[in-house]
Amino acid sequence: MTPIAAVNDFVVKFANVNGSGSASANELFARAILRMGVPVSPRNIFPSNIQGLPTWYEVRVSEAGWLGRRGGVDLLVQMNPQTWDADVAELPAGGYLLYDSSRPLPPGRLRDDIVVLGVPLTRICAEHYQDPRQRQLFKNIMYLGVLSVLLGIDREAIVRLVGEQYRGKEKLLEANLGALDLGRAHALAHFPDGIGLQVRAADAVGERIFMEGNAAVALGMVYGGATVCAWYPITPSSSVAEAFQKYCQKFRAGEDGNRHAIIQAEDEIASIGMVVGAGWNGARAFTATSGPGVSLMTEFIGLAYMAEIPATIVNVQRGGPSTGMPTRTQQADLLSCAYASHGDTRHVMLFPEDPTECFAFAADALDLADRLQTPVFLMTDLDIGMNQRLCAPLAWDDARRYDRGKVLSAEQLEDGREFGRYLDADGDGIPWRTWPGTHPTRGAFFTRGTTKDPWARYSERGPDYVYNIERLRRKWRTAAGLVPAPVPAAAAQGARAGVIHYGSTSPAMAEALAALAAAGLHLDALRLRAFPFPQSVLEFIEGHERVFVVEQNADGQMRMLLVNEFGVDPARLVPVLHYDGTPITARFIVDAITAVLGASPVRPQPERVT
Amino acid sequence: MTWIAKPRLHHPSLSRNAVGYTRRDYEGKVSTLCAGCGHDSISAAIIQACWELDIEPHRVAKLSGIGCSSKTPDYFLGNSHGFNTVHGRMPSVLTGANLANRGLTYLGVSGDGDSASIGMGQFVHAIRRGVDMAYIVENNGVYGLTKGQFSATADQGSVSKRGVANSDAPIDLVGLALQLGATYVARGFSGDKAQLVPLIKGALGHRGVAILDVISPCVAFNNHAGSTKSYDYVREHNDAVNRLDVIEGRAAIAVDYDPGEAIDVVQHDGSVLRLRKLDPDYDPTDRLAAMAYVNLHQARGEVVTGLLHVDPAATDLHGHLGTVATPLNQLGAAELCPGAAALAKINAALR
Ligand SMILES: Cc1ncc(C[n+]2csc(CCOP(=O)(O)OP(=O)(O)O)c2C)c(N)n1
Ligand code: SF4
Ligand SMILES: [Mg+2]
Repeated sequence: MTPIAAVNDFVVKFANVNGSGSASANELFARAILRMGVPVSPRNIFPSNIQGLPTWYEVRVSEAGWLGRRGGVDLLVQMNPQTWDADVAELPAGGYLLYDSSRPLPPGRLRDDIVVLGVPLTRICAEHYQDPRQRQLFKNIMYLGVLSVLLGIDREAIVRLVGEQYRGKEKLLEANLGALDLGRAHALAHFPDGIGLQVRAADAVGERIFMEGNAAVALGMVYGGATVCAWYPITPSSSVAEAFQKYCQKFRAGEDGNRHAIIQAEDEIASIGMVVGAGWNGARAFTATSGPGVSLMTEFIGLAYMAEIPATIVNVQRGGPSTGMPTRTQQADLLSCAYASHGDTRHVMLFPEDPTECFAFAADALDLADRLQTPVFLMTDLDIGMNQRLCAPLAWDDARRYDRGKVLSAEQLEDGREFGRYLDADGDGIPWRTWPGTHPTRGAFFTRGTTKDPWARYSERGPDYVYNIERLRRKWRTAAGLVPAPVPAAAAQGARAGVIHYGSTSPAMAEALAALAAAGLHLDALRLRAFPFPQSVLEFIEGHERVFVVEQNADGQMRMLLVNEFGVDPARLVPVLHYDGTPITARFIVDAITAVLGASPVRPQPERVT
Repeated sequence: MTWIAKPRLHHPSLSRNAVGYTRRDYEGKVSTLCAGCGHDSISAAIIQACWELDIEPHRVAKLSGIGCSSKTPDYFLGNSHGFNTVHGRMPSVLTGANLANRGLTYLGVSGDGDSASIGMGQFVHAIRRGVDMAYIVENNGVYGLTKGQFSATADQGSVSKRGVANSDAPIDLVGLALQLGATYVARGFSGDKAQLVPLIKGALGHRGVAILDVISPCVAFNNHAGSTKSYDYVREHNDAVNRLDVIEGRAAIAVDYDPGEAIDVVQHDGSVLRLRKLDPDYDPTDRLAAMAYVNLHQARGEVVTGLLHVDPAATDLHGHLGTVATPLNQLGAAELCPGAAALAKINAALR
């Protein structure tokens, strides 16, 4: 057996028990490596449970900067007897196992083709701490100490991070550092040479930040001027509203009161109702939910579309249908959001690739909803939303003004501006609107979901209905020019095949493209960032013999939208579908594309999966 | 069809209120409801109440659900913004609207199907939150717009036009509102405008959630013998606990009653609700007593009407949330956006 040897390029997986306090130590592990200038991408793999069930935290260390999930494990930190067998079986030959050796394992449970590192964590804790909670908690920081010795992680980097975490809480700080050093001392005594996996200081992180998508969405809503948030708890979206609350407490609470209103509603129907009411009345409002919530909201979404009321809906997608895989990731709500509601409806959707875009697109969504007077979906997923991701710093231009869209002021009404609430005054399909209470005698209208004429008068006349629907179609074309444009990535050499992808697939796609190119397979890529699609998407499809559409759902929902919107021959669009609830990997994409293009398989990473 | 709006010629006798409007200025489109429908009388009472209260029409936002009752906001206050939302969900839309601009007066109009069936959840939660609104349920015991099915407020044993008896127990919206802590709870009858107009005025002036259940007979589907929501039935069984006068703050408040004969309740806007007792034992500021009274008298088959409960110390959702006095929809980037410098700090903390 040859132990795996790798520098700045491996995967560590922590197997923990939910609720055991491991999350903070695991995050410290990832951040310490970042502080050494080496990119990491961690992923939480957790069950729908609060305490007791297994959870995993998987950290990919990649100096090359690949942030997608790699698959496979090189070092397993096994802290959960429940999942021992399956976890250990997952290790490749030559892999490493770190485990709590306080109690002897039954004979025959250890493989002999892996490197086994036993540390009596429970025993050391029992010797040093009296309090049962401390005995439990400090095990976590202690294994971090062990890992720092094994992998060559800078102690100072960890000490600084712990110092930042416990600033002003000196007692806790000291206690944590004590536990860290207990782990280090044990490792130095027993494994002084470390292991074949090593972290070496590099300069590959730069200015990037490390953040969860849900927090970034929330901050984007604060920057974008959302004042009303109505929501109903659902994984994986709840932390959007919770982070919004936290940021509002920091930035929006003044002596004179709060410049925000957050309502935890009785259900998603009420949440979207409040958002629609606030949007109708001129406040920027959003809700955050996941698939089942969107299903409940659909009647209101149709009303907002028809009555033309701004509303921003964050959908942090999870596995469906129904409760589906509530703690796993998918991109499977595209169709249910694109055409949410009865009747002929179509909705704007934005697809951020990472927290940086979550922040930017949240603010953009508020602008677009006001400009287009319609619901706008911000489509993220669990993989982006609930994992910290290394990404470009958040950016804001202080010169930016909120685009409140076509709203007539009291002065404009007083000056006698013609006002037809549903009149296409400018030819772009977007009518003018007024907010309640603006002018004593001009600008009032009655909002309803029923058909109306351009002056908002009730009408069941066919021609009035058709006028309205045709105007909405014009508005849709206007929207295609306003939403974030797709991002092309041309192959180094002329390519006959192309690939379309979006959202959280982005890092795996980048890695896959590099691996394919290295093997001589060149593909042009286009990352979609919004629906409706601009014409350039059609040009991209028409410019290639074959276009792969890579997505994380079973039905090829983006592919259906492309076929539906452009009427292209479905045979040109080859689906590449990953939908087991884990984040897509570069390996998966490479395998799928090479299988179709008929070339011999290429590997983005040395094969280490058993 | 009944016509509320008359030809738009201003009759010289139409006098102007303190803000310079005539009653006509509070009217809306021509009603399309059945002639004699109770809902039209309620619209007329709303017009009268707003005119008497000197509210500028455009400073009212009127919202409704779906139903004949919910259509009515189109038939009054033509210079107000209105919103005919979706079935049973007016309370959430109104809540959001109210959060966006606390400076307007909010009037929610609903039906018994709209509020007691599909919208029960939203009715309940709007009350829990204390949304500042006048919430009028135009209660006819049936779904008028879908042609006469029983609603959840229909009394057990009451008989439909086709002769079928209702076997389900009724939901009493007044009882629920009292139990949930609504700070203004009243019941009126569309056939008694003199009683109804002050109840609406009090509700509009109340800060906090004001629930007004108005029995409003459906002449098309529920006004026959055997119905407990018909004009005749309600007239025969009406037990009015008090007569309300709303005295506006600026008017000199003269005491013109004997002690024990009436109660004065001062609302947050300075107006005084003067309640002349018809039942000497009734004290509407005592919520628990009100609940007991209403339950007892309803068990005897009476329709208890009047201002059943008012809490002079009422608070509302904005108070609970601690929002700024400026309406949220008036705040711009200067007040809302933390700016690039703050973002640089956030970025630094995320490395
Ligand atoms: C989601 C939905 N379900 C059903 C309907 C059909 N519908 C329209 S009005 C109505 C009942 C209205 O009853 P109520 O609120 O008592 O009003 P009324 O007509 O009696 O004044 C129903 C069921 C609808 N509009 N929306
Ligand atoms: S059906 Fe009944 S509720 Fe509807 S308008 Fe006619 S009388 Fe009124
Ligand atoms: Mg009804």
